[in-house]
Amino acid sequence: MSKRVLLGLLLSISVAAAAAAQEPKTGGVINAVIQPEPPGLMLAMVQNGPVQMVSGNIFEGLLRYSPKLEPQPELAESWTVSEDAKTYTFKLKKGVTWHDGKPFTSADVLFSVEMLKQTHARARSNLMQVDKVEAPDDTTVVFTLKQPFGPFLGIFEVGSMPMVPKHLYDGTDWKTNAYNNAPIGTGPFMFKEWQKGSFIRLVKNPNYHEKGKPYLDEIYWQIIPDAAARSVAFETGKVDVLPGGSVENFDVPRLSKLKDTCVTGAGWEFFSPLAWLWLNNRQGPTANKKVRQAIMYAIDRDFAKDVIWNGLGKVATGPSASSIKFYTDDVPKYPYDPAKAKALLKEAGYNGEKVRLLPLAYGETWQRWGEAVKQNLQDVGMNIETISTDVAGGNQKISDWDYDIAFTYLYQYGDPALGVGRNYVSSAIAKGQVFNNVEGYSNPEIDKLFADGAVATPDSKRKEIYEKAQKILVEDVPVAWQLELQFPTITRCKVKDLITTAIGVNDGFKDAWLDK
Amino acid sequence: MKQFWTSMLRNPSGLIGLIILLLAIAVAVFGPLLFPNSPWRMVQRPFLPPFTLSTVPLGTDALGRDVFAGLIFGARVSLLVGLVSTLVALIVGVPIGAIAGYFGGKVDDALMRFTEFFQTIPSFALAIVLVAILQPSIYSIVASIAVVSWPPVARLVRGEVLSLRTREYVQAAIVTGQSHGWIIWREILPNALSPVIVLASLMVATAILLESSLSFLGLGDPNLISWGYMVGAGRTVIRQAWWITVFPGIAILISVLGLNLIGEGLNDALNPRLSREGR
Repeated sequence: MSKRVLLGLLLSISVAAAAAAQEPKTGGVINAVIQPEPPGLMLAMVQNGPVQMVSGNIFEGLLRYSPKLEPQPELAESWTVSEDAKTYTFKLKKGVTWHDGKPFTSADVLFSVEMLKQTHARARSNLMQVDKVEAPDDTTVVFTLKQPFGPFLGIFEVGSMPMVPKHLYDGTDWKTNAYNNAPIGTGPFMFKEWQKGSFIRLVKNPNYHEKGKPYLDEIYWQIIPDAAARSVAFETGKVDVLPGGSVENFDVPRLSKLKDTCVTGAGWEFFSPLAWLWLNNRQGPTANKKVRQAIMYAIDRDFAKDVIWNGLGKVATGPSASSIKFYTDDVPKYPYDPAKAKALLKEAGYNGEKVRLLPLAYGETWQRWGEAVKQNLQDVGMNIETISTDVAGGNQKISDWDYDIAFTYLYQYGDPALGVGRNYVSSAIAKGQVFNNVEGYSNPEIDKLFADGAVATPDSKRKEIYEKAQKILVEDVPVAWQLELQFPTITRCKVKDLITTAIGVNDGFKDAWLDK
Repeated sequence: MKQFWTSMLRNPSGLIGLIILLLAIAVAVFGPLLFPNSPWRMVQRPFLPPFTLSTVPLGTDALGRDVFAGLIFGARVSLLVGLVSTLVALIVGVPIGAIAGYFGGKVDDALMRFTEFFQTIPSFALAIVLVAILQPSIYSIVASIAVVSWPPVARLVRGEVLSLRTREYVQAAIVTGQSHGWIIWREILPNALSPVIVLASLMVATAILLESSLSFLGLGDPNLISWGYMVGAGRTVIRQAWWITVFPGIAILISVLGLNLIGEGLNDALNPRLSREGR
């Protein structure tokens, strides 16, 4: 049995070399904004966005992912995959210790997997194909799968599978464990203090397993509840880092023009948030494929990108974001073409029935976007009525399928089997949820393609399957894809190498340094 | 009647108020004929400052929509909401007040406790709750503004009716055996009308402000443009684009001011003895 050995180390060196032309300097304190205040910091128990952002400094996963989503070593220094693609063997890094000085071993990995299956919904579904996990020795972990699962190497980043200290959690009540409030991980920074409503302070881990890192002495995560005040905090120099989404879009151009300010859209490749309009495939005008295609032609998505999102992001071509594996743009295209939209509506026999549009109640940007889309659709003769609700009310309507067109955006998690298929396969149709197949699209061919794609080997076979699925979906327009969103991270230019991986700021400030 | 108009027109503040109101109504009625395009249409590049292009004299907002067109269409919504909700409030408040004042006793107690029930709740908070529950739409906004503005009408009418009820001509009407409804309608209400008219003109102004406040908070009808919505949507970008907020703000200020001036003028014209100038 020959083994494919992936030398992740080589990969990481090449990426790091490209990113850091300058020699990093040691020392310094960074102030970053965290919005909203996280409900806790124990990543294995709570996984909201802000929790992941702060805890990514404290905890680590077995792997990290480059912006191209290639796996890189973190707690695992190398890994091999058996020929039948069912056995994955990880070699753990030696000499890694928890923040309390205890060594990190394969027993911790085994424990973390068991714990996460109970506390982390996404980890549970990611691990569904796992038959057993074993630890032949202290630095080896072997995952055996029930059947080949293409995206398996994509489930080990810190937010999806954080490593938890067994010696502190085994045999305790996880929910009430005192370490939830002062978490212990293996990461580059250690939890120091949390002044509720004010800041969270992390300090350098002097015994970090990568020599010389981290470069920073301390990180302050500043909690500032008002969006305008967050912008001001950056302007006045109180904070140096505004992670994606922490200021309103229209403030981005103003802030980026400030002296000594750098803006990047990188660091979202793993999540690849894709915004689309749910189109109700069950009833009303949108049940007609021609109407759905007309909607694609009617909406000026470049306008949305340039004006509403200030030029950030990318017009979506189909169900996969362009950073997702097996993405293809060789699909039917829907340029902005009101005349064609009108023709299609006429062909479909649409005669001015009322169509309800449900915008997302996530603030100004989304409200403006709803207004622009409504205008686009009215321009081609659709009778649109905007329904205005709050977040909870909107979720209620979507999960009850009580809408015609509704805005949303969802993460894609790097692989079509993890984040794309769920929105189109008929087995994912269920009332009472705001993600998965809400539109009610049902196509046996698509069901089969996504079922095959998840377990096919090798990757060339998966590519073929997913490309076919993308073509069919784009032709059918189950939902109206809008934009691949980018949430710009705004920093002072002296902050270097903040974003080096596909999960960006969520991967911690391990590589970041200050150019003084 | 002639005397009323002369005194109204001789009063400078009333005259100015009347001119403003007529202008606003003209804009609301005829403006959309001059600007056939929807105010929601994106016509120019976003954040175009005012007075740079003659086609969009007051500039464009965050999506490139014409601020001037928004003002004109917004006049329609603001005036409509102001007038209709006041009318509804009168339709509810006047009969309740009249019945309470005319019959007195237990009927009065019951109706006034009911009215006080509404008066004890802060009116703007109640309006917000009602709109939020009923889902924002032009109907729910009119209804909620009416619901919070009828109690003062009822109290005012009741007071007037209470005092008029004891007048001799009312007593005479009762003696001649006329029905209660007829007496209230023909004998009492016409004489109780002048303070109600003054109050109503001020209520229209309050209703416009209430509608603007609701829209400002994002509780406006999402399908209709209104001045409050424009202020609310422009508020967050006020540092980049002051004109999006300032022009609709001025429109609200002027129309509310106009209605207040009318109210003052009406007050002087209808109650010459109470006139502050002591003419």
